[in-house]
Amino acid sequence: MQIQCKNLTVGYEDGPVAEKINFEIEEGDYVYVVGDNGSGKTTLLKTLAGLIKPLDGLLTYENTTKEAGVGYLPQHTQIQKDFPASVAEIVLSGRVRKTGGGPFYNAEDKKTAQEKMKKLGIENLASKAYRNLSGGQQQRVLLARALCAAESILLLDEPVSGLDPAAASEMYDCIRQLNDDGMTVIMISHDVDSALEYADKILEFRGNRTRFVSKELYRSARGNMK
Amino acid sequence: MNELVQYLSYPFVRYALAAGVLTALCSSLLGVTLVLKRYSFIGDGLSHVAFGAMAIAAVLSISEEMIVVLPLTMICAVLMLKKGRNAGVKGDAALAMLSVGAMAIGYLLLNIFPTSANISGDVCSTLFGSTSILTLSSADVVTCVIMSVLVTGIFIIMYNRIFAVTFDEDFAKASGVNTEFYNLLIAVITAVVIVLAMNLVGALLTSALIVFPALSSMRLFDSFRKVIISSAVIAMTAAFVGISMSIVISTPVGATVVVVNIFIFAACSAIRSVKK
Repeated sequence: MQIQCKNLTVGYEDGPVAEKINFEIEEGDYVYVVGDNGSGKTTLLKTLAGLIKPLDGLLTYENTTKEAGVGYLPQHTQIQKDFPASVAEIVLSGRVRKTGGGPFYNAEDKKTAQEKMKKLGIENLASKAYRNLSGGQQQRVLLARALCAAESILLLDEPVSGLDPAAASEMYDCIRQLNDDGMTVIMISHDVDSALEYADKILEFRGNRTRFVSKELYRSARGNMK
Repeated sequence: MNELVQYLSYPFVRYALAAGVLTALCSSLLGVTLVLKRYSFIGDGLSHVAFGAMAIAAVLSISEEMIVVLPLTMICAVLMLKKGRNAGVKGDAALAMLSVGAMAIGYLLLNIFPTSANISGDVCSTLFGSTSILTLSSADVVTCVIMSVLVTGIFIIMYNRIFAVTFDEDFAKASGVNTEFYNLLIAVITAVVIVLAMNLVGALLTSALIVFPALSSMRLFDSFRKVIISSAVIAMTAAFVGISMSIVISTPVGATVVVVNIFIFAACSAIRSVKK
């Protein structure tokens, strides 16, 4: 078991967004987080990433620390749209806390960034401007950055939102590949069909309740509802 | 040209020129981050606050104005950053209130407790900078050089973290970067830069030194490093040319430097549209 949540309440200073979240995630799991807008999916991911503190309940990481193990891919911000930065600069910034305490990146950091870009097929874009890339390429850059930070867990917040179907399907292949290589993936998505195709487990937010089930159970439950 | 060379033979003119160029360097380094984080309004608001603080120092007849101006501006910088975060109309309006309020109080204080016979002259030079670079005091120049070196040094050492926090604060925080600290640092350095730049171009024009070089460079370059470097080069060139021109044709220093920056921005925009 890699991540465990027991009766977790997530939210902000002005109150909880979702309560009584329970799940256990094993190493190498591919978990889809699905549910309505505003039901607390992003809030949960931010809590897992350590951006906000749990309001109540238990959240534990085993065999890894949040800082060392987790690579986070947040939703796009307005700032990034016209941000002047090269692909290499952004990917390298995934190593920001792994420089061994020194202020500058060392050879190992640069090598890691190079490897991750290669893995995602964007090494030929290294010197290109991020703001001029297509949506799919931009997401790969941010995924490569997350990989630079991640040892074993990827937290992805709607990585295919805004992508055209072809780019989305390439992105899914990328993530599938990373999962096959042993990465635990926790991904927010609106795409239930792809969840049924790729996921091992599904965490569903509905109203103010959540349930954590295997894909098979989720599929049969859906069948019954229809 | 001869006139400029003649002026440059005075050591003090050289020092002042150096101080001006260094101030421009600091403002431009920070400017890139502020513009990208959508914080340029903080620079503008702070310059108004600094004016108010300056007035308080003058009324209290504190000879070393920095002792009052710097801490007050820093405190407001931190407050503004916290407010700007929960953006929206309210934060915006609060900022406008703070900056206009500081100006009004400053001007009122200067009028109620006049410290010299020429109030409007004093106010004008605080707002728009010294009419001549020769009126800078030697203490100003020394402070300016020390602060500039400090700011530039900190910026270089923190460069990678500043990039990470500027590009994606959530990601940086998730990776374990103490983003609150870096935001605080940026706010405090902004305050220092504003106060420095005030000596050169006056309170109202300081934000020009912060935004113009950054925006000009962003027209030209696509990588963060190149934008930073070119921003520094543009700012220093504009300061050098502007100050030299102001000496030769005896125009107000601050306004001249800003106008040179405007021309550079126009040129960079033109180059960009030709490229595209």
